[in-house]
Amino acid sequence: MSTTPFPAGPIQRCEGRAVVVPGDDIDTDRIIPARYLKCVSFDGLAEGVFADDRSERAGDHPFDRPENQGAAILVVNRNFGCGSSREHAPQALMRWGLRAVIGESFAEIFFGNCLALGIPCLSADHDAVLALQAAIAAHPGAVLQLELEPPRVTLKAGGDVQEWSLSLPAGPRRMLVSGEWNGTAQLVAHDGELRATASRLPYLSGFAAA
Amino acid sequence: MSAGTLYDKVWELHRVADLPGGATQLFIGLHLIHEVTSPQAFAALDDLGLSVRHPERTVATVDHIVPTTSQVRPFADPLAEAMLATLEGNCARHGITLHGLGSGRQGIVHVIAPELGLTQPGMTVACGDSHTSTHGAFGAIAFGIGTSQVRDVLASQSLAMGKLKVRRIRVEGALQPGVYAKDLVLHVIRTLGVKAGVGYAYEFAGPAIEALSMEERMTLCNMAIEGGARCGYVNPDAVTFAYLKGRPHAPAGEAWERAVAWWRSLASGPEASFDHEVVFEAATIAPTITWGITPGQAIGVDETVPTLEQTESDERPIAEEAYRYMDLRPGAPIEGLPVDVCFIGSCTNGRLSDLRAAADVARGRHVAAGIKAFVVPGSEQVAAEAEAEGLDAVFRAAGFEWREPGCSMCLAMNPDRLEGRQISASSSNRNFKGRQGSATGRTLLMSPAMVAAAAVSGHVADVRRLVAAPTRPEPASTRA
Ligand code: SF4
Repeated sequence: MSTTPFPAGPIQRCEGRAVVVPGDDIDTDRIIPARYLKCVSFDGLAEGVFADDRSERAGDHPFDRPENQGAAILVVNRNFGCGSSREHAPQALMRWGLRAVIGESFAEIFFGNCLALGIPCLSADHDAVLALQAAIAAHPGAVLQLELEPPRVTLKAGGDVQEWSLSLPAGPRRMLVSGEWNGTAQLVAHDGELRATASRLPYLSGFAAA
Repeated sequence: MSAGTLYDKVWELHRVADLPGGATQLFIGLHLIHEVTSPQAFAALDDLGLSVRHPERTVATVDHIVPTTSQVRPFADPLAEAMLATLEGNCARHGITLHGLGSGRQGIVHVIAPELGLTQPGMTVACGDSHTSTHGAFGAIAFGIGTSQVRDVLASQSLAMGKLKVRRIRVEGALQPGVYAKDLVLHVIRTLGVKAGVGYAYEFAGPAIEALSMEERMTLCNMAIEGGARCGYVNPDAVTFAYLKGRPHAPAGEAWERAVAWWRSLASGPEASFDHEVVFEAATIAPTITWGITPGQAIGVDETVPTLEQTESDERPIAEEAYRYMDLRPGAPIEGLPVDVCFIGSCTNGRLSDLRAAADVARGRHVAAGIKAFVVPGSEQVAAEAEAEGLDAVFRAAGFEWREPGCSMCLAMNPDRLEGRQISASSSNRNFKGRQGSATGRTLLMSPAMVAAAAVSGHVADVRRLVAAPTRPEPASTRA
C-alpha cells in the first residue's frame, strides 16, 4: 500500500508502476464488497479492495503479486466500475495507492467519483489497451509515464520506449489540470466572499437593526 | 421565474459566489450532522488538512444506529458503538455541540433541531440526510446532501448548488376529521408522482396549509423528498412564530421583534411568480395509505389496489413488480388487509401531536392478538412530554411497547427490523423493498392514527370509524 500523499492541486502527470486487472464489466461490488461499507472512515478500505476476488485467487490476484506492490496506475478493460454508485470504490483504490486508471471504458458514476478524488480515468481503444497490457506483462516493474495534456502514456524499459495516446474529455481534463477538481478547495478559497455573505445574514448578527 | 418567492429571497441572501462550472456557492446557515454520514466527511477534512469553519453553526445528534430498547453503553452492536464513539470524538475535537443520549435533547435530527429552536425561517439548512426537507416547515430552505458535500459544508459552511424551480402546491378548503398532514402529502405524491419534484422546490400554500400546526407542516415538508423535491417549504406566519417563541435557540428580548419582522418579510408576496402551480381540494382527501413499493403507490383507505388498466402505461412495470412483492391482487380492497407489525415513530410522525392522535385511537382498546406494536418517540423531549401527559401509560395499557427515541424501524440500521415476509403498518416515509430490514419485508405507510387503528384491528382499518371526531392538533403551539 502506498504512502504517497492523496491527490492535491493541479494534476498534469502521473508516474509509477502499473497493475493490470483484466476483464470487462468489473463492478464496484467486486472492487469493494458491501460488508466493507459498514465503516466510520474510508481509512481501512484499502484492505477490502477486491477482497473477494483476492481470497478466491489465494495470493495470485494482481493486487497480491509482489511486483505490483506500490503500483500507481491501474490498467483495466471495458466498463470498469459499473454497478453500485458507492464512493467507497474509488476511495479503496486510492487508498491502496492508485493515482490514475487507464482502460477501454468506464461506468459514468465511477468516472465522476474518481474525478472528485483527483484520479484521472483515461481511455484508449481495445487494441491499444491490449498492447499496453502486453507490454506491462513483458516488462514487470517497468515505470509508466502518464501525461494529461495531451493525454498519453509512455513505457520505458531499458532502451525500449513505447507510447500510446489516450483520451480524456475536455471538461474533466481542464478540471484536473487546473486543480479545479477539488471542489472543497474552491469553496474554501472564497474566504472574503464567505465573510461578506455571513455579515449580511440577520440571524448571524442577533437580528441587529439594519 | 421564482421572483418574489421565499425561495428566491433566501437563495439570493445566501449567495456567496458564482462558480466557474456554473453552480452557485451558497452559504449554509445551519448544518446538522449525525453518526452515519459524517465520519467519512470528517476523515476527508483531515486528509485535506482543513478545520470546521463554523463549529457554532454545526449541531450533532445520534439517531440512526441507536437501539430503542436499551441505550446503555457500550451498545451490543460493536459497529454501532464505534459509529457513536467516532461522532463523539469528532465533535469534541472540532468544538461541535453533540446532543447525545441522556442529554434530554437527543433524538432524530429532524425532530430535535425544530424543537430546540435551531431551525428558523429564512435559514439555509443542510444535513447528510434526505429528509432535511422537514425544516422547510419553518420557511427555511433545507435540503439533504451527500457525504462529500458534508465535507464541503464542514470546511466552508457553503455548498456548490444549482438553483431549483419553484412549484406552488395550493391546498384549498380544510382536511376532514381523521385526515392528517400525512394523508395530505401521500395524496399529493400519489397525484403528482414520485419524480415530479425533481428540479423543484415545493411551496405549500393555501388555507388548508395555513391551518396546519407546525408539527403537521413538518410531516408535510418531510415527505417532499418522496415526491422528488429536494426541498419543500411553508411560508412563515403566526403559527410559526408561536411555535418558536421561548425555544432554547430562538431569539429573545428585543431581537425577537426584529426577527419576526424579518421573517415576515421573507414570505412569498402576492406578486411572487412560480414556475408551476397545482391546486388540491383538502376536503376530498381520505385517510391515505401506500399499497406498493414507492410512496406514490398510495390510495384512500376506502379504495382498491389499482389495476393495470387504471395505471398510467409508464407506471405499469413498477405496479406489476409491486403486486408481486407485496403479494396483492389488483382490484383488491386495502381495508381489512392483515398486518404483522405496527410502528409509530420516525422523523415524519414521531412528534407529540402524532403520539396524541395515535393514543386517542389506542385508549381503551387493545392491540389485536399476534401483532407486535411499538411506539418510538422522535426525541427525548417528545418522550418526556408524552410521559408527562400519560401517553406512555395509554399505549402500554393497550399493549403497545413504549421505546427509547431513535430512527428505529424506519430503516434497518439498528436492531428494530421486519423479519421475513412480515407486513408493517408504519408511520415512517419509505416503503421501498427491504427498507425495514428484511429483504422480503413489506411496508404500508399511513398516519400514526391509522397505524394505531391497524394495531387494534389486526388489519388495515379506517380510523374514521374508530374515533368519532379524532383530535386534530391545534394550529398554535401546544407546547407546555
Ligand atoms: S427517521 Fe427514518 S427517514 Fe428520518 S432520519 Fe431517521 S432513518 Fe432517516
